Amino acid sequence: MSEKTHDGGVAVSDRPSPDDGLTAAELAAKHGLSVSGARPGLAEYVRQLWGRRHFILAFSQAKLTAQYSEAKLGQLWQVATPLLNAFVYYLIFGLILKASRGMSHGTYIPFLVTGVFVFTFTQSSIMAGVRAISGNLGLVRALHFPRASLPVSFALQQLQQLLFSMVVLFAVAVGFGSYPSLSWLLIVPALVLQFLFNTGLALIVARMGAKTPDLAQLMPFILRTWMYASGVMFSLHTMLAGRPEWVIRALQVNPAAVYMDLMRFALIKDYGADKLPPHVWAIALFWAVVVFVGGFVYFWKAEERYGRG
Amino acid sequence: MAEQNSGARIPTVIADELHIVYRVNGAKTGKGSATAALSRIIKRGSDDAARGVRKVHAVRGVSFVAYRGEAIGLIGSNGSGKSTLLRAIAGLLPAERGKVYTDGQPSLLGVNAALMNDLTGERNVILGGLAMGMSREQIKARYQEIVDFSGINEKGDFITLPMRTYSSGMAARLRFSIAAAKDHDVLMIDEALATGDRKFQQRSEERIRELRKEAGTVFLVSHNNKSIRDTCDRVLWLERGELRMDGPTEEVLKEYEKFTGK
Repeated sequence: MSEKTHDGGVAVSDRPSPDDGLTAAELAAKHGLSVSGARPGLAEYVRQLWGRRHFILAFSQAKLTAQYSEAKLGQLWQVATPLLNAFVYYLIFGLILKASRGMSHGTYIPFLVTGVFVFTFTQSSIMAGVRAISGNLGLVRALHFPRASLPVSFALQQLQQLLFSMVVLFAVAVGFGSYPSLSWLLIVPALVLQFLFNTGLALIVARMGAKTPDLAQLMPFILRTWMYASGVMFSLHTMLAGRPEWVIRALQVNPAAVYMDLMRFALIKDYGADKLPPHVWAIALFWAVVVFVGGFVYFWKAEERYGRG
Repeated sequence: MAEQNSGARIPTVIADELHIVYRVNGAKTGKGSATAALSRIIKRGSDDAARGVRKVHAVRGVSFVAYRGEAIGLIGSNGSGKSTLLRAIAGLLPAERGKVYTDGQPSLLGVNAALMNDLTGERNVILGGLAMGMSREQIKARYQEIVDFSGINEKGDFITLPMRTYSSGMAARLRFSIAAAKDHDVLMIDEALATGDRKFQQRSEERIRELRKEAGTVFLVSHNNKSIRDTCDRVLWLERGELRMDGPTEEVLKEYEKFTGK
């Protein structure tokens, strides 16, 4: 019996039906079918993404755990890696190049370690973001979920990584005479703003990296330039003394420098408000909101195109 | 059947002149030398072919309408575009031209890409479930069922070990069990999924039949004509990305066997 229904070949039944003569689009509209793989509206997209929050969190935690699962010391490396990193920078910039320039030992070491950790947070979020789509094409081509889940998840992974580093950072701060005080509470808003900024950047580079995977090769150089221009291992303020005021200002509103300065201000006893650029919280908020919202919209605009190529 | 269908046949998937094109970077000369890459960049702006970007036209103008309650087999020789077509229906591959309309969200039966070898089986069940869009509660409710179905724990407590320690058969069984745990509106099954030993294969065939009952429409890719005959009432035959035939299973398979037999 069912043979009769399909005899007509492609898409047309030989039995008179109210659907005859309709084009595909009209037929779809009549029965409420929607275009597969079409980009949802922005509000709907945010809703879908929120619906996937458990996946985003689980994926970031899984990546974090998988990272060191074959090492003998296991998850201890979460803390040991940032510590070794800080030590290498101290060796080169503290002892060999003497970049401390007028800062006491007790200020310079926490200054350096804070700078390294905070910048690494942004740096690794970007590096993970570039490969978020291009490195997970298998996943993108097999399952359906808002693609922004991936870059957001990678940024979240880096945030968790940073929280491990914070343990080291607190120990270093206390070890060099900066004891917990009320100003340490400022760490929380500073981190929230930086996380928003990082996520926005990860979304932007994720879209760019999905189209041009070569970006992953280029990115380390861009990031290294950015690092040296942001005053990770030296105080921009002292280094640039005597240069025109606007050069100093321009370098100080650089988001990486802003987030590092905020963290140092919160943590280190002798790193006072005089070292911060004016309106520093406003600048931090501006970068976080503009980059996050802009990055999200920019990523969403290409939602239906991820997975090609 | 036909009487019921005539008035109230509800379409679930409509493909309208669908074209899918893959772009492959640097495949023109077959050697990825630096000079070749450089000349590719210099020639930017000219057309794709000149820049060494090769296009693979995997699906060429396929149109069909699938209705609720149908089980549709997809056949064709290797590389004929079957899997690509499934992915396009699922909305996972963007169409070059044409459109696919669907009712709800079609899903591919497959979760492999979301799983991580360095994690325990336990965590992979949760991760895989979340990746397919299940909620934590749904996963918790199905967890024991998934583990039992996979049979991973028959030979000791393996579910708490990292997946990289599993034999390939065990890993494949766990992957299938996770993938098959969710109910779908439009379900697409790529044949490569039926793995494991004989006992597990029978169990998974049974599970696929269950899933078919729950799903509105099922697509099945297979090179096994017997399993197509067993499960499908309609067959699409793809060859070189074109729809060569669309009709009742027996008719199409007869032609297909004639075509491949010679």
